[in-house]
Amino acid sequence: FEGFICFLSMRAALLIQRWYRQYVARLEMRRRCTWNIFQSIEYAGEQDQIKLYNFFGYLMEHFTPASSERSLISHIFRENDVVHDTEWERYFCYKSIEVSHGYHGPHLTFPMTFCEASKLVEAFKHKQLLHSRYVLQLLGEAWKLLRILPNINHVSTCHSKEITICGDLHGQLEDLLLVFYKNGLPSSEKPYVFNGDFVDRGKSSMEILLILFAFLLVYPNGVHLNRGNHEDHIVNLRYGFTKEVLGKYRVHGKKILKLLQKMFSWLPLATVIDGKVLVVHGGISDTTDLNVIARMERHKVNHSAEPSEPVRRFPDPSLRTPKNSLIFGLTGLFCPSAPLSVCPSVPLSICTQSLQELRRLVSSSSSSDEDDDDADDDGGSDPQPRTPERDEWKQMVDLLWSDPMAQDGCQPNQVRGGGCYWGPDVTEEVLGRHHLQLLIRSHECKQDGYEFCHNRRVLTLFSASNYYEVGSNRGAYYQSSQTCRTLTLRQSIGRTERSALCALREQLFAHKSDLLGAFQHYDPDNTGVISLKHWASAMEGVLKLGLPWRVLRSQLGTSTQDGMLDYREWIQDLLSNASILETMYRNHSNLETIFRIIDTDHSGSLSFEEFRQTWKLLSAHLKTEVDDDAIADLALSIDFNKDGSIDINEFMEAFRLVALAVPS
Amino acid sequence: MLFPSALGPEILVTGVHKRINDAFQVFDHDLNKTVDVREIGAIVRSLGCFPTEAELLDIIDEVEEPNGFICFERFLPTMSKILMENKFRPIPEDTLLKAFEVLDQQKKGHLEPNELTEYMRQGDEPFTQLEMEEMLSSAVEPDSNLIYYKDFVNMMVLDGER
Repeated sequence: FEGFICFLSMRAALLIQRWYRQYVARLEMRRRCTWNIFQSIEYAGEQDQIKLYNFFGYLMEHFTPASSERSLISHIFRENDVVHDTEWERYFCYKSIEVSHGYHGPHLTFPMTFCEASKLVEAFKHKQLLHSRYVLQLLGEAWKLLRILPNINHVSTCHSKEITICGDLHGQLEDLLLVFYKNGLPSSEKPYVFNGDFVDRGKSSMEILLILFAFLLVYPNGVHLNRGNHEDHIVNLRYGFTKEVLGKYRVHGKKILKLLQKMFSWLPLATVIDGKVLVVHGGISDTTDLNVIARMERHKVNHSAEPSEPVRRFPDPSLRTPKNSLIFGLTGLFCPSAPLSVCPSVPLSICTQSLQELRRLVSSSSSSDEDDDDADDDGGSDPQPRTPERDEWKQMVDLLWSDPMAQDGCQPNQVRGGGCYWGPDVTEEVLGRHHLQLLIRSHECKQDGYEFCHNRRVLTLFSASNYYEVGSNRGAYYQSSQTCRTLTLRQSIGRTERSALCALREQLFAHKSDLLGAFQHYDPDNTGVISLKHWASAMEGVLKLGLPWRVLRSQLGTSTQDGMLDYREWIQDLLSNASILETMYRNHSNLETIFRIIDTDHSGSLSFEEFRQTWKLLSAHLKTEVDDDAIADLALSIDFNKDGSIDINEFMEAFRLVALAVPS
Repeated sequence: MLFPSALGPEILVTGVHKRINDAFQVFDHDLNKTVDVREIGAIVRSLGCFPTEAELLDIIDEVEEPNGFICFERFLPTMSKILMENKFRPIPEDTLLKAFEVLDQQKKGHLEPNELTEYMRQGDEPFTQLEMEEMLSSAVEPDSNLIYYKDFVNMMVLDGER
């Protein structure tokens, strides 16, 4: 009898095991879907960023306006190589800035010491703001140091016996403080490598930078900073750092930003530990060569802009062109299916093409012949003609933007719009060539904060926890002397899911009329219903997010009768609470970025003249004719508060009104 | 499996293919129609199947490529067959509850954590340390440190249905 009971218990246990594993798998599916939503929206944003830059580059290269208009654009991008560093140092000087008696934040004395740096950490823990005088002083000192650092930090752990590596922080001060709390403050005995993306998105990017630079000054051999793709002033315009600085430092924010722009270009690109471990922000490609990287003048390579071809189209001796000028590439600035027109009688559609195809189109004067497979023996990741300039640029972009993939090979990273996807064979080859054993990188958010791949030869580390939403992921840091340690922060699938769906709903709202149009396309007889299959096709056709729509449909509230969906009712229900204006939201982040780029003096508003020039450029890009009077009228009517200038809200409103004028 | 009268078998097959494709897509990170072999468990189970680990390994044997990946072309026919034949049927909720009741020999209405651990960590396919910890973290009632399995089953069923 006992044997029988035992047998039953075994059977019961097996059943429970089987059931539980199924349950976990379904949760994993939900978690993964949520993840995909966030990632696809985020990467779409990153791609937009590059497109935006491309757009301005295109204008630079192809637009032949009167010289005054051209100077507006070149003014935005000029790298100011003319002005020597000493002049800049004078400009950034802190000495004239007084600290009033009303200031209750920390007072710093120099030279920086461990005490001063820890005092700074304490102050930030208590949410104090560092006075702009001290900010400029601290940054100025750090800038001097950065300029003598090599492109690649070489670190040895023979004395300290250990080293700690932190991944992306993205302005999340709490995570940095947690790392310090668990692991200790940086010192010569406790060296750290910070692997880029210190800024953007989080609210305390400034504080993180100040802390990192402070410790860098105290322990130049104990703190090693690698540049990330977010250490770039154009990216910062979009992803929040510029806004944060201008908000915290209203009087001196612009100066601080300019100094930081220079400092970012002087950040080292990689760290090698004990000659065995390579630490870079993004990753590598099949052409990565650390010797080339070590030799380049890193502050002169503009990594978020691709160098132009040697042949200049519009030779203009009066115009001083930057050493690495801008990108070729005609790209759709706005959402691909949005007709946007200044003259209502000429509806336009803007095509988006992949960056590669566009480069091909525009560089048709070059003799490079490309197949669709890009199967060049020149290197699958780079079909363009090679120049030393371009080599250097590519080396840097690959380091800062690439992602690993599971398959062998190396191909352009089309999701991000820059860098490569590289496979395990490339890892082996590159590590082998440089006699390295491990690659540690960041750049991608991982659920557990870290992830090995490529036979454990590549480790991804991400230190900003709850990156997408509370509970979406843990942060992690890596200690070389022990196995990976994760910060224990709770994950909550439900909450993350809700947040992802909220973000997705916003995307749906932004494309409401396109969606309706796509649904109607599948319903020619106007029955009001379509099949789920058509629903999924329409969704993907409009949004192009590559999401598994059918898997998501239950969370999007698609209930069906006989397998058919009442799409009008569905859209109504889904978006009934939305109060955001459709077109404006769709282009929101692009428009805001454009605004901040044009607003070169960061005054928060555009003059009518700046607005007029912008409009002319945009209309040239969009291939429409628009006369000055029409623009002047538009500008006047846009200036809602009649103060003679256009602020960001008025700017956005202008685009919304124009879009509304298009006949549907 | 009965075919609804309005739809022919071809339509049904297409529906099944679509479901498999969607589940596969979620784990296809590089968008090249392959997934890591370690994700197969999640994919098969999310399609409503309840295989044992051994049965899962059989599936993997059938479809795995030499490089440790599974490509969609080979996975689709195998998985379609499984779904059409309704293999690895779901375990109904009351069966699950009865299973817990069998383990609860003294009919207390609850299990101790170490009792459950002992059961889960034996047999042909015992739970790993990690699986056990995860199960306990959601099953154990924190105040009493006991597993009220009826509530636990209810919670899992609801969660899974979303």
